[in-house]
Amino acid sequence: MAKVDLARFHATFFAESLEGLDVMEQGLLALEEGDREQVHDIFRAAHSIKGGAGTFGFPEIASFTHVLESLLDDLREGKRDIDTELTELLLRSVDVVRNMIARAQTGEPLIDSDSDSLLHELEVYHGISAPVESVGTSAAVSSGGWQIVFRPHPQMLSGGNDPLRLFRELQGLGPLQVEVEAEHLPALASLDPETCVIGWRLQLDAQVRREQIEAIFEWVEGECELVIAPVASADTESATVTDTQPNSDLAAATAIKQVLTMQAEPGPVRAAPTVALGESSRSIRVSIDKVDQLLDTVSELVITQSMLNQLGEDLAESRLEVLREGLAQLEHNTRELQECVMNIRMLPISTVFHRFQRLVRDLGHQLDKQVRLDLHGSETELDKTVLERIGDPLVHLVRNALDHGIESPAQRRAAGKPEVGCLRLEAFHRGGMIVIEVSDDGSGLHHEAIMSKAVERGLIGPDDQLSDTEIADLIFRPGFSTASVATDVSGRGVGMDVVRRNVQALGGTVTVDSVVGQGTRFVITLPLTLAIIDGLTGIVGGEHYIFPLVSIIESLQLQAKQVNQVPGQGELFRFRGEYIPILRLHNLFACSDAVTSIAQGIVVVVESDGRHVGVLIDHLAGQQQAVIKSLDNHYRRVEGVSGATILGDGSVALILDVPGLIRLAQRKTAA
Amino acid sequence: MPRILAVDDSVSMRGMVTFTLREAGYEVAEAEDGQVALEVARGANFDLVLADVNMPRMDGISLVRALRGLPQYKGVPILILTTESNPEKKLEGKSAGATGWLVKPFDPEQLVNTVKRVLG
Repeated sequence: MAKVDLARFHATFFAESLEGLDVMEQGLLALEEGDREQVHDIFRAAHSIKGGAGTFGFPEIASFTHVLESLLDDLREGKRDIDTELTELLLRSVDVVRNMIARAQTGEPLIDSDSDSLLHELEVYHGISAPVESVGTSAAVSSGGWQIVFRPHPQMLSGGNDPLRLFRELQGLGPLQVEVEAEHLPALASLDPETCVIGWRLQLDAQVRREQIEAIFEWVEGECELVIAPVASADTESATVTDTQPNSDLAAATAIKQVLTMQAEPGPVRAAPTVALGESSRSIRVSIDKVDQLLDTVSELVITQSMLNQLGEDLAESRLEVLREGLAQLEHNTRELQECVMNIRMLPISTVFHRFQRLVRDLGHQLDKQVRLDLHGSETELDKTVLERIGDPLVHLVRNALDHGIESPAQRRAAGKPEVGCLRLEAFHRGGMIVIEVSDDGSGLHHEAIMSKAVERGLIGPDDQLSDTEIADLIFRPGFSTASVATDVSGRGVGMDVVRRNVQALGGTVTVDSVVGQGTRFVITLPLTLAIIDGLTGIVGGEHYIFPLVSIIESLQLQAKQVNQVPGQGELFRFRGEYIPILRLHNLFACSDAVTSIAQGIVVVVESDGRHVGVLIDHLAGQQQAVIKSLDNHYRRVEGVSGATILGDGSVALILDVPGLIRLAQRKTAA
Repeated sequence: MPRILAVDDSVSMRGMVTFTLREAGYEVAEAEDGQVALEVARGANFDLVLADVNMPRMDGISLVRALRGLPQYKGVPILILTTESNPEKKLEGKSAGATGWLVKPFDPEQLVNTVKRVLG
């Protein structure tokens, strides 16, 4: 047999272990809340990681989880109770193992001072102290061979152990003589083939150690009478096999300690807890159902294709109707296939949501605030890429809510609120988009404080009149921070502007609304997928441009008199009570032969983050789905363009980046 | 060709066992827990069952007991995959009707040797 390379299983082992660690973390948090049932899942997860780590060549992880598992076993068996100290210890262990897995993935040394000191704490907690030497078995080699008496108990065969197999194995050690003891054999008529009624006397002419023979009989121990004695000895009956199970728990613990002590290096006792969110992996686990659905669709596609093939071989005009039906079928299949494939990339947001339990717990302790986390719509599915990239913005919003939103218990009491604050994360579908809301019942945004800070930072003039929405929106402006002193919780040098930028990079938007004294709510709206968009195609000078459908408010034909020329601000027109700028796409992309008269073209009103702009094009060419291809990879980044797509006739169309267009329009009016 | 049923809730472990045994020329079916294994085993005749102990829904010990209750698995070898840290599982498995055990962690070679030992 060719040697099996264990490295081929590593990726699966890592992914599975990280999932297991999530299960442990969630379980520990629930256990702390009194859900005793969780202990079994936690134990099983630790047990699996240990088994896998040992098998796939990560003894350091196996050793660490072994001690962890022993502690969990005590919990499971009711030998010890969960308390805050133990929860803390176990949660930190989860962090350490997670780090070890991360390092295993990058090939770094698995052990550091963190893991070493924590292992020591675990051992102290568990009460593992002095190493105990394991009791070895006699290693005697008999020079004259061995005599074996083997008398199976009547029921031994029912366990699937065949005496013949044992003899074959003994024969592998050396020449074997077998003598049957058949005195208990009944008459043939009353013979039960499943009951063993005979015994054997064996002589093995081999210079082997006793344990080698014992190992062969290992599985039938307790199910037979077994005597193993050196041939030289006359007193065969006294040399019975004894149970010599070494105390492997303690032996293992000692070994771990040695390994860890050897590799440990001095360093900080304990790093701050980290939350690993949004880390990307190149693989995806898909439920069998989704794959089956995909297969079904593909087989339908194959049927349609063969039908069209047949039709193509002998296409008479009379069969045109059949061809049309076939093409309609093909379109239907293609759309279904597309949905199936997109569906495969969809994962529930619970994977991101659930990690917040830990973050909220740890931050709450750190800030001396009591916070309950409510999760809703965890089963809502998002594209894997969106899911990976939304983690960081969400962490920022959650940190902010805890740091600045939710008040201390004393403040809440004084305000007549319950001492325990509530942070709510909710995800749901709305109109082909995913909405994620982060809301708290804290103090809300203080408009005066925001205004004065914005004036101080030069973001607005002291006499500017702003609506409530516009004031709240100021917190997303670069360089804005409401905290006068950056705390180590949310003051990490990034502001809400980064949150907005990250969300926009995903084709989404983020808005905030707030009521003073009652709380703040952030609403993130994201597209279902990054790979395909629904778009509206516009033509400018014969070229195709695609507007993402979600950004379009309206398309209209203006009359010349509706457009105002405002010095310094370009062309404006009144749209639903506000004046919005007109952006001439033919100017931006230098298109020749384009419609330049506003009255003859079409103005498409698009929106991003509450700002509008009217984009002038020649005419509209209809709605279509577009598979997004990156322009950065093939050409370079172009402002106002988010990518390109290939049209049905093979030509290329640019996909417009609406937030980018709005920035361009603002810059133009500002210039 | 002997047919083997590999039962483990861990995808990586099950993958390793399945891959190794297929490389060694065996026909292998997989199951992710005892309950699935029992369903699969009911409709087939395997020559050997390898079962992990700690699994959700139905653990390995209960699986062994259930399999021994099926006429076609009366004398078929069933090995449980135990870890060195719980020797009591070996005895529990034995009294449920397991033929023997394979102690985790094991490498592919140990696995194939043990399977060969059982299947001859």
